[in-house]
Amino acid sequence: MTNVAKSEKVMTAPAKKKDYGDPIVSVRGLKKHFPIKSGLIFQRETAAVKAVDGLDFDIFRGETLGLVGESGCGKSTTGRTILQLHRATSGTVNFEGTELTTLKGNSLREMRRKMQIIFQDPYASLNPRMSISRIISEPLVVHGIGSERDRQKRVEELLERVGLNPFFANRYPHEFSGGQRQRIGVARALALEPSFIVCDEPISALDVSIQAQVVNLLQDLQRDMGLTYLFIAHDLSMVRHICDRVAVMYLGKIVEMAESEELYTNPLHPYTQALLSAVPVPDPDVEENRQRIILKGDLPSPANPPVGCNFNTRCPVAIDVCFDWDPELIEVLPGHWVACHRVT
Amino acid sequence: MTASKPISLKDEGLEQKKRSTPMGDALRQFRRNKMAVVAFFIITFFIFMAVTASLWSNISFLDAPKGFKARHTINPAGLDRVDPYAEPGHCARDGLDQGKAWCALLTEEQRARFPNSCRVEIPDPNQRQWCYILGSDGGGKDWMTQTVYGAQVSLAVAFVGSSVSLLLGLVYGMVSGFYGGRIDNVMMRFVDFLYGIPGLVIIIIMQVYFREISSKYEDSSGIVGFIVEINKDLGGLFFLFIALGLLSWIGTARLARGQVLSYREKEFVEAARAVGARDRRIIFVHLLPNIIGPLLVAETLAIPGYIFAEAFLSYIGLGVQPGTPSWGEMISRAGQEGGFYSNRHMIYVPSAALVMLTLAFNFFGDGLRDALDPRLRGR
Ligand SMILES: Nc1ncnc2c1ncn2[C@@H]1O[C@H](COP(=O)(O)OP(=O)(O)OP(=O)(O)O)[C@@H](O)[C@H]1O
Ligand code: SF4
Ligand SMILES: [Mg+2]
Repeated sequence: MTNVAKSEKVMTAPAKKKDYGDPIVSVRGLKKHFPIKSGLIFQRETAAVKAVDGLDFDIFRGETLGLVGESGCGKSTTGRTILQLHRATSGTVNFEGTELTTLKGNSLREMRRKMQIIFQDPYASLNPRMSISRIISEPLVVHGIGSERDRQKRVEELLERVGLNPFFANRYPHEFSGGQRQRIGVARALALEPSFIVCDEPISALDVSIQAQVVNLLQDLQRDMGLTYLFIAHDLSMVRHICDRVAVMYLGKIVEMAESEELYTNPLHPYTQALLSAVPVPDPDVEENRQRIILKGDLPSPANPPVGCNFNTRCPVAIDVCFDWDPELIEVLPGHWVACHRVT
Repeated sequence: MTASKPISLKDEGLEQKKRSTPMGDALRQFRRNKMAVVAFFIITFFIFMAVTASLWSNISFLDAPKGFKARHTINPAGLDRVDPYAEPGHCARDGLDQGKAWCALLTEEQRARFPNSCRVEIPDPNQRQWCYILGSDGGGKDWMTQTVYGAQVSLAVAFVGSSVSLLLGLVYGMVSGFYGGRIDNVMMRFVDFLYGIPGLVIIIIMQVYFREISSKYEDSSGIVGFIVEINKDLGGLFFLFIALGLLSWIGTARLARGQVLSYREKEFVEAARAVGARDRRIIFVHLLPNIIGPLLVAETLAIPGYIFAEAFLSYIGLGVQPGTPSWGEMISRAGQEGGFYSNRHMIYVPSAALVMLTLAFNFFGDGLRDALDPRLRGR
């Protein structure tokens, strides 16, 4: 069974699971290139790491969009560029009708109340010199919200909301475990009551036993507060149950995007198929017949991506046109987008 | 919904642990290093001596019934020359030459038996008696008092050197690391350039130059004359501070920049940016408290270097001005005024002080490093 045969076989319209409203975030042609400089005193830009190289997608209000890909493919850069923690090289990010890439100073600061981020490393994401209560109240201090007493009350509420005892508000981060620290990070992100949160691999650094707790917490919060998530992960199996839709990234580009059930049952892009073939299946019969697609070669450098389809160096089904033309991301089935010459 | 339920105290395992703050942990860690604690007290002792030096020369602090009254001035008024050197422990009454040093060890009756060596007149017991606890120099100036005044110089150099270095280096390094890019590149090339220059040679050349200025503008008015005046009042220390401070910040700047670079990309800094914190807040709330520890440690460990530099410059006559006692200058004088064999105390006393103080700063710096090391925290 070749990949192409497989993709032809199941090209039927998927049932849409969820009714999507209006997009809360619209990303168009987003690029983020990090310049590589050289020269002793007068440095010139000699090359660029194309960490994010042309993204188009929407995130709908109330959904969880998964962003999946190998390490170094630009997932974190995407999240940070949307939040304007990195300024985009080109392209636009529209958030609730406001264009973010051109915002500066106070108007950008005002927008930051609505979008927040949760980090991967629970140890690096909390300032070791600040008490928990100072960490969580910092967003309120920065925006001048409430009196000192109001803030303390809010900190206690937030701690309780993320499942921590408010009694420990005056302790320092090093006294908490990884899972507890991650909850503190969540509380900080919630302090300004945002509508959109980028979760940058929030559970990858945690023990398996604690991962489920944090995921449950995030899902509870989403339901209660109507949050929208961009959920970054490096592993497809992890996001299946968390996300409504999943986008697969490779070398700074989205290669496939669909509702998660659709993506898992009907992967069309050869890269997605390869990733999924590495995921063990619970059903023993299916597991026995599961064929691993081993990708040859390494991930090319984002400073020097291949010409044509950037997957062509490792693609098992590449054809001539793949080395000349970069495939566009096209909606081949309703809500199912793929960038591959063999599919479109 | 289990995830959202507040976890009981037991589950979090926090209530058994001792309350722990970064400051408290650091103090606890420091106290564990016995050498560092001893060093701390030695440094405190030297600081006490230096601060109270002028009191010592005017107020008697020992008044034994036998008339032993130790008072220290650099040259006790009315005391005749004690030739050639008073050994440690030598005492003399005001207005009297006690003759040979061993006379001091005799009782007054015994002394009367050696009229040629020790004067026969029985000193008036109501007269003040001076004791050279650590001997004197060839001019009859108390060596201990001079050592105490020398501590003033060494400690002043230690604190001014490290403060100037910390302040300049911190600001320079933080600006360079925080703003990065072209600014960083230009600023760091300049530091690299300075780093390549042998520091002591530059300091020596500068001191020679300052000497010249001092003598040329001695009595002139205007800003240069004013500075020369200040320098004279400080016994030549002002120009020494400038010379030491001008180069000492380079290492600090590099360290500060490296620290800023390592913390600038940390996720908690990014979190602060994500909530809209301004640069000022990020620098003073998030970066500074985290990078200051290693800088303080490095600065403490650099203090022996400043002390030695001053001692060396004073030894070769390019440090403090003549008349201002400093350990380096005292050691040099000890060598000139009789060499090692005739008056050992003159060499031993300032050398011992120099070694003790520099070692103390080294051990104190080590203790500080352990105390501020996050890997040892909470143990
Ligand atoms: N500040 C930066 N300066 C230069 N290059 C960068 C910077 N940040 C990221 N990169 C580069 O951009 C590429 C994408 O990095 P990014 O952190 O977005 O990857 P990622 O998909 O999040 O990987 P991971 O799963 O390891 O977190 C990498 O090659 C990385 O080296
Ligand atoms: S476009 Fe070509 S190289 Fe790229 S994934 Fe499709 S088949 Fe492979
Ligand atoms: Mg990442």
